[in-house]
Amino acid sequence: MRLKLIPQETNVDFFGRWKLWLGISALMVVIGFGSFLLQGLNFGIDFRGGTTIRTQSTQPVDIGVYRDAIAPLGLGDISITEVFDPSFEEDQNVAMVRIQAQGDEEAVTTETIEAVEGALSAVVPDIRFISVESVGPKVSGELIQTAALAVILAIAAVLVYIWLRFEWQFALGAVAALVHDVVLTIGVFSELQIRFDLAIIAALLTIVGYSLNDTVVVFDRARENLRKYKNRPLKEVLNLSINETLSRTLMTSVTTLIALIALFVLGGDVIRGFVFAMIWGVIVGTYSSVFVASTVLLYLGVKRDWTKQDGGSGTQFANIDA
Amino acid sequence: MLQIGFWKRLFIWGLVALGLLLALPNAFYTRVEQSNDAVAAIEIGADTPENQAVAGQWPSWMPSSLVNLGLDLRGGAHLLAEVQVEDVYETRMQASWPEIRDALRPERDAVGTVRLLDSDPGTLRIRIGEASGMARALEIVRGLARPVQTLTGAGSTDIVASGQGDVITVTLSDAETQATDERTLQQSLEIVRRRIDEVGTREPTIQRQGADRILIQVPGIGSAAELKAIIGTTAQLTFNPVITRTTDANTSVGPGEKLVPSLDESGVFYVIETAAVVTGEDLVDAQPAFDQNGGPAVNFRFDSTGARRFGDYTAENIGSPFAIVLDDEVVSAPVIQSHIPGGSGIITGRFDVEETTNLAVLLRAGALPAELTFLEERTIGPELGADSIEAGKIATMVAFAAVLVFMVLSYGLFGLFANIALIINIALIFGLLSSIGATLTLPGIAGIVLTVGMAVDANVLVFERIREELKSARGPARAIELGYEKALSAILDANITTFITAVILFVMGSGPVRGFAITLGLGILTSVFTAVFVTRLMIVMWYERRRPKQIEV
Repeated sequence: MRLKLIPQETNVDFFGRWKLWLGISALMVVIGFGSFLLQGLNFGIDFRGGTTIRTQSTQPVDIGVYRDAIAPLGLGDISITEVFDPSFEEDQNVAMVRIQAQGDEEAVTTETIEAVEGALSAVVPDIRFISVESVGPKVSGELIQTAALAVILAIAAVLVYIWLRFEWQFALGAVAALVHDVVLTIGVFSELQIRFDLAIIAALLTIVGYSLNDTVVVFDRARENLRKYKNRPLKEVLNLSINETLSRTLMTSVTTLIALIALFVLGGDVIRGFVFAMIWGVIVGTYSSVFVASTVLLYLGVKRDWTKQDGGSGTQFANIDA
Repeated sequence: MLQIGFWKRLFIWGLVALGLLLALPNAFYTRVEQSNDAVAAIEIGADTPENQAVAGQWPSWMPSSLVNLGLDLRGGAHLLAEVQVEDVYETRMQASWPEIRDALRPERDAVGTVRLLDSDPGTLRIRIGEASGMARALEIVRGLARPVQTLTGAGSTDIVASGQGDVITVTLSDAETQATDERTLQQSLEIVRRRIDEVGTREPTIQRQGADRILIQVPGIGSAAELKAIIGTTAQLTFNPVITRTTDANTSVGPGEKLVPSLDESGVFYVIETAAVVTGEDLVDAQPAFDQNGGPAVNFRFDSTGARRFGDYTAENIGSPFAIVLDDEVVSAPVIQSHIPGGSGIITGRFDVEETTNLAVLLRAGALPAELTFLEERTIGPELGADSIEAGKIATMVAFAAVLVFMVLSYGLFGLFANIALIINIALIFGLLSSIGATLTLPGIAGIVLTVGMAVDANVLVFERIREELKSARGPARAIELGYEKALSAILDANITTFITAVILFVMGSGPVRGFAITLGLGILTSVFTAVFVTRLMIVMWYERRRPKQIEV
């Protein structure tokens, strides 16, 4: 007996309430964007500059004690969080201390780090500093720029690729879905105030890639079906295409999620934020490829009367394979 | 029908075998690593029986490239340094002052007396006694300019002189500053590299980044502070004429002179001429040694030009003191007793043996031409790295197992084929990573886990398509063929788009992000290869053997 996530034949009407779905997505995007504007992201030192110190001791972490030890140094905003992870040993108590960038210093000051380490060692004798990372304000400013640029470039490159392989309506649909995914991911990071660092940008771009993967598979089928059923309305053809690829969409999402959840639970706390972004992205990406990308495509319509030219709805580049 | 030619089959299996072979050393990581280290040691001359034995742990005819572990997995230190290229302009201009002075002196009748004025770093302002002699003075100064030796700067000279009233302003030309920047960076890179090599650590990464930055990653080192101590010390050695010795820290100095403290005696300062007679750059060798009283010292030797200048200077200035200046501190200021022709000398001071050893190393490696400021530093403890590897391993294995089970449950025998392809896929990724010498980082492991999830996608696309084609009941062979044919366009489009994002990540990203982009990108390549060729070949081979009347996917 085979495991089936869904029946072999599905005939779900995905566009029956397309205005509702598009409305919900638009609302979510607005909420996500609003949260980003109002609350802002909890930027890690990669983007904001400053120092993080990861400490480990056999004694339980007492944030108050840590804070009191560091406070006299007058280093401005300090955040101390205890880190929990199922993989830790019994007496492995880990905390993250974050210190803001000091003044307008371009470079990283070793003195500050030494002072903090000294102060903590005085109150917690067996404390060890597992990792120390400092980023100067100059670099962090550049990192945020390149990161934003990377996301924009990736979306633009994809826009062009899909436009070449399909039609501009497909490209717009796909990009609408991508923007939707990126905004929702940034939104969830700002809403939950999860630390947003360089690795999250990598996750964002992967989400872009993944969501696109899904969208393209649906579009590819739509292109095929548009050639096959020249006279059926676009809405029906799109709906059929989604239904036909639904089994694959879910299979891939589930296998990817299985892998990601394993990493989330067992992969350690260092990459947990990163994996969380990916899990969220896979879910949102799967949703958006059906309810955003295809809906936008439906809304924009596709030019189907190519009688003067050869073939269905593809461009001349579309026939190089398949 | 389902036909794949013999040579094609051989090629596909050959490629898979090659990938597996390249990946194999990673399965015996520690052993191969020790063996590689021993082989390297033997190559540089340490041909001991122990090294031979360790080298023999891994057969030499086998591939021995390993995946490099990134800092976040192995532990170590990471620094991003910015080279203060402007420092060099200042030194350059200071060095040219004696030359200009000596060139103008014979023309005293035309230009009058020549005096150096205070000026911004990187420019020289010179007052001449006779403003009317400005044209002649400029001519002489410009005559000292040398052509710039670069492609872009062809035709221009290194210094630009302009005159206003009785003041000549000399600066470096734009072409020369560019050339200087380039040279400074190359020199800094080289010196940083040599200093780190002197300490003898494994596989350091020393890379240029952008116009004026150096990225330094050293695995296995205790902390970024330690690394900074190794590369950050300038060890700028100069021999300068001493003007006077004083105990007043606020002594005012004239242009072209500076006040530097003594290294040993607190409260003692020397006023010295800024332009050095000889510098550490003229050194060819420096060795730790002992002076005649048995105190630790450093012996040094100049190259021929340095030796000549030092010899001439000592011959002309017998009886006057000169200062041995190290990083703007006077180590000692002996009085020249006699002409020193041989070009070698000894630095004595209150050193201990370790200090002299370090000083000799630093002097040999040469001084950094400009100061480094550190924009970014990261220390990752080895235990955090080990924990991450452990966690990554477990997570990958669990993810792997879950996906394998899920695929078999969903697609039966075909799922099993996909699983074999998946295992091959992971091996291929490791094989590729090792052969291109890529670095595996923690996000890189995440990239592999993601590939595990996504690699099945291409197979899923094909299998779902075969299922559909089976419904139109054209027989299993035709269904398999059509399944592959029709799924190909979706597979390619989907993977090319993901690949585009991986490439952008690689180009724009740095450090760990780049590691992720590499594994993701390679994962896409190998998963398309395994899905389109390897699984198909397995299915075709199975089909030929069994010839089933009907298949269930």
